[in-house]
Amino acid sequence: MNKIIKILGTGCTKCKAMTSVVQDVISENQIEASLEKVEDIMEIMKYNVMSTPALVINDEILIKGRVPSKEEVVALLK
Amino acid sequence: MFNWVQNIADWFVYDLLSLNKGQHLAEALNFFIYDTTKILILLFVVIFFMGIVNSYFPIDKVKNYLSSKKLYGLEYFMASLFGVVTPFCSCSSVPLFIGFVKGGIPLGVTFSFLITSPLVNEVAIGLFVGLFGIETTIIYVISGILLGTISGVILKYLKLEKYLTPWVKEVLATAQRDQDTFLIEKQTLKQRLPIIWSEVIKILKGIIPYVIVGIAIGGLMHGYIPEGFFEQYMAKDNLFAVPIATILAIPMYSNASGILPVVQVLVAKGIPLGTAIAFMMGVVGLSLPEALLLKKVMTIKLITIFFSVVTLCIIISGYLFNFIL
Repeated sequence: MNKIIKILGTGCTKCKAMTSVVQDVISENQIEASLEKVEDIMEIMKYNVMSTPALVINDEILIKGRVPSKEEVVALLK
Repeated sequence: MFNWVQNIADWFVYDLLSLNKGQHLAEALNFFIYDTTKILILLFVVIFFMGIVNSYFPIDKVKNYLSSKKLYGLEYFMASLFGVVTPFCSCSSVPLFIGFVKGGIPLGVTFSFLITSPLVNEVAIGLFVGLFGIETTIIYVISGILLGTISGVILKYLKLEKYLTPWVKEVLATAQRDQDTFLIEKQTLKQRLPIIWSEVIKILKGIIPYVIVGIAIGGLMHGYIPEGFFEQYMAKDNLFAVPIATILAIPMYSNASGILPVVQVLVAKGIPLGTAIAFMMGVVGLSLPEALLLKKVMTIKLITIFFSVVTLCIIISGYLFNFIL
């Protein structure tokens, strides 16, 4: 199944760190997924997220306000 | 409590390097080793402890609490208190602000939180205990909480809703005291620990270079500047010292962990503690990058009023401390 991954964040260092972790995990494990960075605050607020970055997979908020480890992201994507 | 750290520093400087006691270089090096070790231990303990508290009490719970409970005026104080245990990343300030507004939390209460959260955080507390001792830390924390509470109340009476950006006003109009059903992560402490641990390491890694440089500069000053050196320039009765110190501090946010060790030496060499605390509150609590981020939700006018009120409160508490301490 093709997963839709969204990273919500206004572009701070933590958000960039999360994006690169997720990107690495996708390419290293050849996971079929689309990755989208949501930087518009209006869009972000639709998810009711109060601490960024947030990791959203298939419209479900899984991580808020911190940068996950690669292992964590692998587990969430499997 | 930290005698053993002093013993290690003494052994290293006087025995291993066989430098003489009383030498400038020896004293500076001894101070550097002792301070760095002690402060890193304290930072680790405080950040770890606050990480555990925060893991059980995330921002969503804070919002739900403030938005659902009737607190009869105590909500400013509570918001301020929550600000202490919630780590603050300035990049989250906008979503946090909107989240609070959406949840029907009054603007003044939101400000109370926004003021205290960066002002009294885990890094500041860890550094304070290490540099100034428990007593000064408690004074700092309590005054930080009161400062957030009072500033929030003042901002409420200024009726600032009209200075929000148009789209935030729309959010405000549709705001309701809702209870977001969020996934309560029913995790055991054992499951939480690895996540808390990795956060602690990340925070420490980010600030260690600044702390070490700060203490190194402090160590040099400690060894070379005579006791009471600053008293002649910055006496308690110099009325301009507190405002100047506060305003100078605002642009220095990103280096808070490096600046505090230097300030500690300045205090040891004669700068009044109240002036120093005002300076540190300016460094830790107010930051220009944060102000620029808030432009998305507030007009320049509102940001200016917000910062002016907080600056004024910091200056007043600086005078107050110089008067009391």
